[in-house]
Amino acid sequence: MADNRQMWEKLGIDMEAHDALLGAIPALVEETFMRQENRPAKMDFFDFVLGDIHGIRVHELQEIKANGGKVIGTFCVYVPEEIILAAGGTCIGLCSGVDIGTAEAEKVLPRNICPMIKASLGFKMTKTCPYFESTDLVVGETTCDGKQKAWEILGEMTPTYVMELPAMKRDSSRRLWDSEVAAFKNAVEQTTGKKGTDDDLKKAIAKVNGKRRALQRLSATRQADPVPISGTDALLIEQIAFYDDVERFAAKTNELAEELEARVAAGEGVFPKGTPRLMISGTPMAVPNWKIPHIIETSGGALVVEESCTGQRYFRELVEESASDAMDAIADRYLKTDCACFSPNDERIENVIKLAKEYNVDGVVYTSLMFCGPYSVEYNKVKKALDAAGIPVIKIDTDYGMEDVGQIKTRIEAFIEQIKETVPAS
Amino acid sequence: MKSAGLDIGSRTIALVVIDDAGVVAATVQDTTYDPIAECRALLAEHSFDSLVATGYGRHLAAEHFNATPITEIKAFASGAAHLRPGCRGVLDIGGQDVKVISVNERGRVADFEMNDRCAAGTGKFIEVMAAALGYKIEDFGAAALNAESLVKVNSTCTVFAESEVVSLIAKGEARANIAYGIHDAIAERIVAMVTRIDLAGEIFFAGGAARNQALQKILAEKLNARLFVPENPQIVGALGAALSGA
Repeated sequence: MADNRQMWEKLGIDMEAHDALLGAIPALVEETFMRQENRPAKMDFFDFVLGDIHGIRVHELQEIKANGGKVIGTFCVYVPEEIILAAGGTCIGLCSGVDIGTAEAEKVLPRNICPMIKASLGFKMTKTCPYFESTDLVVGETTCDGKQKAWEILGEMTPTYVMELPAMKRDSSRRLWDSEVAAFKNAVEQTTGKKGTDDDLKKAIAKVNGKRRALQRLSATRQADPVPISGTDALLIEQIAFYDDVERFAAKTNELAEELEARVAAGEGVFPKGTPRLMISGTPMAVPNWKIPHIIETSGGALVVEESCTGQRYFRELVEESASDAMDAIADRYLKTDCACFSPNDERIENVIKLAKEYNVDGVVYTSLMFCGPYSVEYNKVKKALDAAGIPVIKIDTDYGMEDVGQIKTRIEAFIEQIKETVPAS
Repeated sequence: MKSAGLDIGSRTIALVVIDDAGVVAATVQDTTYDPIAECRALLAEHSFDSLVATGYGRHLAAEHFNATPITEIKAFASGAAHLRPGCRGVLDIGGQDVKVISVNERGRVADFEMNDRCAAGTGKFIEVMAAALGYKIEDFGAAALNAESLVKVNSTCTVFAESEVVSLIAKGEARANIAYGIHDAIAERIVAMVTRIDLAGEIFFAGGAARNQALQKILAEKLNARLFVPENPQIVGALGAALSGA
């Protein structure tokens, strides 16, 4: 669209590199989404957002900015969105799920670092992400060694604020986190120029909880067999949650959930009843990383739940709305997040087993981005717990490249064959 | 009823046809750059009632020849269980992957390990290393068995190992000793995969690399287990595919 191009140019986007990036999307979307059968009608909104991925929402951001609003970019589910909203800001998730600017990024980063970190800096360095170029501030956090050192480098390129996340969950960790949440509020307010009052915070809490409730509602329909929506579609929705307008997203997700509830009531689904039900557990999958869900669902499996930041970790916990101290309630909720960056992290292990049971999962595909120390090491404990619960698991270490798709497909197909032979057909 | 199994691997294509009495045909040939044309010619030479495809090209065969696809994991497990009743562990070293499969008492897959993305320690690796040392692939194992001493080769990455071999040659190491080192390095890698899943008892050794006597010997020593090599280790996947269609 002509006005997209004008906007991108104004944002200083490298048009040639950006054309190459966007040029690859339609074929991928066709292959991954459009060829699925019996998709819910209310996916239309999400397909529309996906179809104009660097357009319509970026236009909205420009409008927000023209009216004095500020856009704050984040890379992690630990950054409290409520605080950004209360101060009049708009929160946008910036994580990348595509190799972009690898050569540029490798000028400042080592080759063997997680692809998500590499692509985040790659996007900035090649000026190919209009969301990134729309931000007034980006917020990093100390969730892993790679990230916390990368922010120092990113800080030389764009205004960057870093939250210190404790590595444990002791009383002293909570005190550190409380002070970090308070300091974050100040930093955000300096950027937006507006102080978030207690009332603003309470409204923001209700708003973001509304988004989480919608996602919880949608997710709950996937406990049914047959499952009313593919995991590939569900992941797309969980990805869009990170950058769409909060209230519109909640409304559209609720509309879809209503359709899915009707499907469940009528016993309708996207895969035949009895299709092996798989859970993904591990590292996040940012747009346009649909590699593993697509392989699962074209290999005879149904993906029914994502135990990841682009999934349950994003919406499972709500902020207590009736709490007298809103900041305390926010700090409390975010510290419950069970990322592998914590030690120990027994909550996650328990939660994996709980989700596997709630969603009647036949097997777990444990996914770890290459070079992700925390999730890759934590596999040991997750596997032990799954073994004890009698739930099969397969570990896939991969990145955004496509050269290993053949081997991953063989492994996942074999995993599904193995499940079919051990699970009696219903 | 005749049932055919087609195993389209990265290096070879194997076809096995069975009937109620047993194997009626078994062939192995190179995959080449046009596996579909090769398969079409091969299939035209045989008659059968059902076709099951496995290997890297199984989906291609499903599309072109209306074959039912199954994975190599399942195919090797059932092929091995048929050739060696009671077999509980399978090792397959193919052209570009290595599979270790534990088989349950019913001849089904209980667990498996497979290398991801890289050809380290696979048939392709053995080929490249044999060429780097000037051996024919069929002589490579025997050469290693004639080595006087072991030269440690640290890498099983094809690219790194090739440069390691070049520098060992430059140091004046006897090529037989380097050949031994290469086999030893592959075996180390395989042992690590085998120990990740608990294989009990004798191990069924399949794939082109199973013909390599040095690998047979070194693996048996390092695994402290007996290896069983079938008469034709390259048709085990195709046989398993044929059995699953029967």
